[in-house]
Amino acid sequence: MVGYKFCEKLRNVSTDYQLIVYGEEPRPAYDRVHLSSYFSGSSVDDLLLAPSSWYKGNDIELFTGELVVSIDRTSRTITTHIGRKDHYDYLVLATGSSAFVPNIEGVDRNGVFVYRTIEDLNQIIQYGKTIKKVAVMGGGLLGLEAAKAMLDLELETHVIEFASRLMPRQIDEDASAILAGKLSKLGITIHTNKATTKINGNGKLESISFSDSTSLPIDMLVISAGIRPRDELAKSSGLATHPRGGIIIDEHTRTNDEHIFAIGEAAVYNNMVYGLVAPGYEMAEVAVRQITGTAARPFLGYDMSTKLKLIGVDVGSFGDPFGELNNTVPLVWIDKRNGIYKRLNISEDGKYLLGGILIGDASQYNLFHQMVVNKMPLPSEPESLLLGTKGKSEEGAGVKSLPDTAQICSCENVTKGQLVCEIVEKQITTVDGLKKSTKACTGCGGCTPMVNDILKVTLESLGHKVKKTICEHFDFTRQELYDLIKVKSVKTFDGLLDLHGQGDGCEVCKPVVASLLASIWNEPIVTQSTIQDTNDRFLANIQRGGTYSVVPRIAGGEITPEKLIAIGRVAEKYKLYTKITGGQRIDLFGAKVEQLPAIWEELIEEGFESGHAYGKALRTVKSCVGSSWCRFGVQDSVAYAIFIENRYKGLRAPHKIKGGVSGCIRECAEAQSKDFGVIATEKGWNLYVCGNGGSRPQHAKLLVNDVDIDTCTKLIDRFLMFYIKTADPLTRTATWLNKMEGGLDYLKEVLINDSLGIGQQLETEMQELIANYECEWKKVVESPELRAQFKHFVNSEEADSTLVFAEVRGQKNPTNWKA
Amino acid sequence: MTEQLNDLKTHTSEEVDNIKIWFKAAREDQFPENGGACVKYKNLQIAVFNFSNRKEWYASQNLCPHKMQMSLSRGMIGSVEGEPKVACPFHKKTFSLRNGQCLNAEEEKISVFPVKVEDGFVYIGFTQ
Repeated sequence: MVGYKFCEKLRNVSTDYQLIVYGEEPRPAYDRVHLSSYFSGSSVDDLLLAPSSWYKGNDIELFTGELVVSIDRTSRTITTHIGRKDHYDYLVLATGSSAFVPNIEGVDRNGVFVYRTIEDLNQIIQYGKTIKKVAVMGGGLLGLEAAKAMLDLELETHVIEFASRLMPRQIDEDASAILAGKLSKLGITIHTNKATTKINGNGKLESISFSDSTSLPIDMLVISAGIRPRDELAKSSGLATHPRGGIIIDEHTRTNDEHIFAIGEAAVYNNMVYGLVAPGYEMAEVAVRQITGTAARPFLGYDMSTKLKLIGVDVGSFGDPFGELNNTVPLVWIDKRNGIYKRLNISEDGKYLLGGILIGDASQYNLFHQMVVNKMPLPSEPESLLLGTKGKSEEGAGVKSLPDTAQICSCENVTKGQLVCEIVEKQITTVDGLKKSTKACTGCGGCTPMVNDILKVTLESLGHKVKKTICEHFDFTRQELYDLIKVKSVKTFDGLLDLHGQGDGCEVCKPVVASLLASIWNEPIVTQSTIQDTNDRFLANIQRGGTYSVVPRIAGGEITPEKLIAIGRVAEKYKLYTKITGGQRIDLFGAKVEQLPAIWEELIEEGFESGHAYGKALRTVKSCVGSSWCRFGVQDSVAYAIFIENRYKGLRAPHKIKGGVSGCIRECAEAQSKDFGVIATEKGWNLYVCGNGGSRPQHAKLLVNDVDIDTCTKLIDRFLMFYIKTADPLTRTATWLNKMEGGLDYLKEVLINDSLGIGQQLETEMQELIANYECEWKKVVESPELRAQFKHFVNSEEADSTLVFAEVRGQKNPTNWKA
Repeated sequence: MTEQLNDLKTHTSEEVDNIKIWFKAAREDQFPENGGACVKYKNLQIAVFNFSNRKEWYASQNLCPHKMQMSLSRGMIGSVEGEPKVACPFHKKTFSLRNGQCLNAEEEKISVFPVKVEDGFVYIGFTQ
């Protein structure tokens, strides 16, 4: 990462230098900070800091998979493992670090891994498929990241820490206890004060023993117990290295050879290895300035403050977190009920904040950190910082008091003054604009909320009104557009653009308006196909390679044997890959665009209709088998699921909506993870709302209990309609509720007690939408004009010849992204 | 197949002055309003966009350089500060249809081609 940053910074200053990069790993530099996202779906490509083409485009020669094995400092030549020799004027060692593996008996056993490179991760993923229980050795920052990855692999996860607390470099005992409490709720078992003495097993790993004579049975061990700088090349070349590892550098990142620099985790400055990305980037800047002879900026150590989200838990540690370096008085707030810990170390005279720790709620981190870095005076009652009302307004106000020199983005070293200047002078009005012009927020992203606040406060000071408008083409919020469309009976995108917009529209406002038109009038979306996202335009889901997948509706997951056979027959005929979805349906993949109408026609003949899997619309209502078969069931959950799925089918919303109905308290339909979920009780039904799965799962909240079936349906009508009318674009119900002022109590007031007096109206509007439902597939199948739009070329009947498939486990699959 | 993709990717944008061939692609009304469709020319796939509101036409390569997908003709079109653009349906990378520059990421440029409409037919200009 640091090596890549060096290239980027050098090329920003000058294109006069020939720049050659040698890397041992088989691919260009990638983002190790977000390595754990590899386990939750990111691909190697997503993790790359820049594709190979970037190096080419910037005139940088890149040799991957090639390890430099020796340096001849007299002739200034390096030699790689395949014998290639290259001359240098300056050599920058950004060799990074490797995982530290403690010398414990059995550490070479099968099933012991380190957590460092993509190759390590691939091995862990492979091995993880065969086992159930894993321990991560090391409860530091990286160890906890690794534990999160193990949770993503759905393994029983343990964390072993030698010290008496988690993250011993960043947080204190009380903070660790709160963090450990939060992590164990998520399913991670924490063991502190455990010195591992032996790794046992016979061939494969079976357990680990500790010095206190206890042991823990496990199938896999992931070691994340610290890093060791990669200094072997420096050592063998006679460069000065530190006894504990690392290449010794001066304040200009030079080694004891004036032609050789070392940056990042491989380097030691003032007896310290800086194992974070921000100081590494700063070293890259220092080295670039030395080599190009631009104004020198010495590296004088670095603030190791850090804020991160560990497995969904905020953790912040800033300045002097333990109050050890100065005479300080701590102010501490511990809230065990909500799992929040805040510690501020105040100077003895009560004037300055010198450091602190935040767990569970780090929303004030940026403000506190800036107060430390800029030595800003504390308010007369510093405890108000902890006890004062929390919330955005306060934080927004907080950035006002920051000096212009305050560093906001530490990865790219962007100050408040620079950001304000961009906003005022260059009239930049969006965070994206600021990202482009200053690179702020493009590293770890941690400063985004603060950049947002600075933007808001600065725009307000310039007299701009700050509103969440859709894009440059509509100066309205989604909710305002909803009302405009309804009141003025607007039926088309062009109509709305003429009346209330400007320009041509874009990929942001078109689908928003398309969704609004569908939510208000429920007219077939195929009549305005080019304002739809591609999935809605072709009524199917675009997949890798450019083919589409087809999901017929199987309400409640109930299907007859005849219909199952029919799906199989269609899949066989059109050579489609088939897979059962998470929503109790069957997905048919690999259909070419010109095949779609014929596939639908056959499915419709067999009694199927569109499942709207492609739309921001109702997807499925999942059910368990309920009282009709199950010996525990108390109500007929299948019948009710089918009823509500058919009631809301085709309903378009700001985002996709899913439902679930369980026949008893055992909750086999997982209704509490849905946007609306119903669970049968002895007396009736419990209705839950605003849950979701996805990247940030959230349980649904109980809206009412023990209501009869008609009341339940009426409340779902009101709930969905209220969501459709008021949510921001692409906001799921969980986020909608999280942002709602007054939260669940307010929602209950509106839906149950009808505090706004709109209950009847919501029900009527829902009734109109239901009455207007039509199957979109049928619409296309029956219209020769619409059918004609389903082909790859406008001037040829040929199919796209670039589509290529490979056979995997007896079915066809698309070939990989990019060759 | 890869060769074909690479051919297309490196295909350079055509200058209006050097056009040797005006390829008659299809009738004007075969292209959706304010949207795109794909035209086959020799071994190339060309995305043609009908900005009916502006009464303008644009053409570009159909290949999105981000993940090498033949997809741009199915993307939504629009403008940013007046600049006509297309958004790839896969990951919403947007490209200027005037100069092919990627507008919201650091992706390679796409090739663009001149378009003219005569007697109800759409023609795309090529140098070869």
